[in-house]
Amino acid sequence: MTLAPVTVAVCAALILLIPFAFAGLALMNCGFGRSRSAAHALMAALTVAAVAAIAYVVCGFAWQGSAGRPAYALIVSGKPWNWIGAERFFLSGLDFDGSPAALAACFGVFAAALAACIPLGAGAERWRLAGSIASAAVLGGWTFPLFAHWVWGGGWLEQLGSNYGLGIGFADAGGAGAIQAVGGLTALSVAWILGPRRGKYSPDGMPAAIPGHNSAFVLCGCLLALTGWLGLNGAGAILFYDVAPARLGLIAINTFLVAGSALLVTALVTRARFSKPDASLSANGWVAGLVASSAGAPFLPPAAALIVGIVTGALVPVCIEWFELHLGIDDPGGAVSVHGVAGLWGLLAAGLFARFPSGRPDQVLAQLMGIAALLGFVLPLTYGANWILNRLVRYRVAPEGERQGLDLHELGANAYPEAAGYLDEMQR
Amino acid sequence: MKFAGFLLLVCGGVISATAIAILAARPAMTGFLLAGIAVELVGLALVFRAHIPPKEAREDRG
Repeated sequence: MTLAPVTVAVCAALILLIPFAFAGLALMNCGFGRSRSAAHALMAALTVAAVAAIAYVVCGFAWQGSAGRPAYALIVSGKPWNWIGAERFFLSGLDFDGSPAALAACFGVFAAALAACIPLGAGAERWRLAGSIASAAVLGGWTFPLFAHWVWGGGWLEQLGSNYGLGIGFADAGGAGAIQAVGGLTALSVAWILGPRRGKYSPDGMPAAIPGHNSAFVLCGCLLALTGWLGLNGAGAILFYDVAPARLGLIAINTFLVAGSALLVTALVTRARFSKPDASLSANGWVAGLVASSAGAPFLPPAAALIVGIVTGALVPVCIEWFELHLGIDDPGGAVSVHGVAGLWGLLAAGLFARFPSGRPDQVLAQLMGIAALLGFVLPLTYGANWILNRLVRYRVAPEGERQGLDLHELGANAYPEAAGYLDEMQR
Repeated sequence: MKFAGFLLLVCGGVISATAIAILAARPAMTGFLLAGIAVELVGLALVFRAHIPPKEAREDRG
């Protein structure tokens, strides 16, 4: 496949918007944490983004590949099951001439960086920098590219349409599965491995509220994330699903509709529960809406996008509370619910509501297979990798460091030196 | 319990993928695909259950 010069220019411009998504997530993770770990949150976001991008360039793209390029396939019942790319390391052999493969590599660098930022929300205030870097290297160099190959690189999930007549194959234009759910499931693994923060649970198992230190950061992060997601959904649709740039208007409208309706419903749900809308949970609803929009934004009718957003907005606060209260998962940034659960819901919703130009039936089966692959293959893989890494590079900070705050313990200086300790004392 | 949960997760994924690969009839394929996801959900429940921090750990960290 070759792209017209105008399409290449539009796609490249959209790819350049993607860093706003991880800037938004970084700011949100910083705001969700306490002031004593604020600088650490932003420093960790920068370092894991850098490490994941480097790992992706070194070996990730070699595993991911691109449709129509070298790959390894198993033959099952006479049909090829293309499971991993066979490109060369360090992006060698790739001509940056505006070809889809070159643009996919560029998209992948930023997508890997974004996926690596997601688990930071779950491991906030207790995850050592060295541990998060090791985890990001595996995510950017192996887990993300492997699933991205299945979905975008001509892999077996993408081939479900041509091989078995399941719709157009697994549809995930902006990475609700490949980026968000993979990041969300890694966040779940990290939260399990790290355990809850000190003081989060009382001996009788009741969780204590540990409010974030800056709601303004969280809400500004939401606005930045919107810009990044417009880039993700637009560029992914053009690159991987051959959507014409003329449909960018629909993609932008659907992305905003899903996020906006999710925010409003979360605000309504939290108002009904706590008598006032909760800013942090509403921000989570907004990002969850962006995540859910990623799978089907180019193919959803706007009315269906509203429904997707409404369900997302109702789902997220319930999930966050359920995970914290009943399952003992301390996830300060809500990464598991916002990226994992909303990502999986977005994939299912694309199967239920999206209208594809080919009009082939059974799209929902392809989407269910993708969800099954995420739960059955990606979750054990990412948990296993992080479990081994935790044995090699201790993930959890020492109790003293947790009490002191990660800024002072790991970086040697507080983000707010003039108010060291004061802000956290005020929050108690 | 944790190991059994992860084993069920993988088995569920394999059941779903096998259903797609070897079953041509849509009802059978759909049934086995959903059965695979159901097995995964049981596995996920086990893994969640295995990771709920015990009371002693909560007291240590609390």
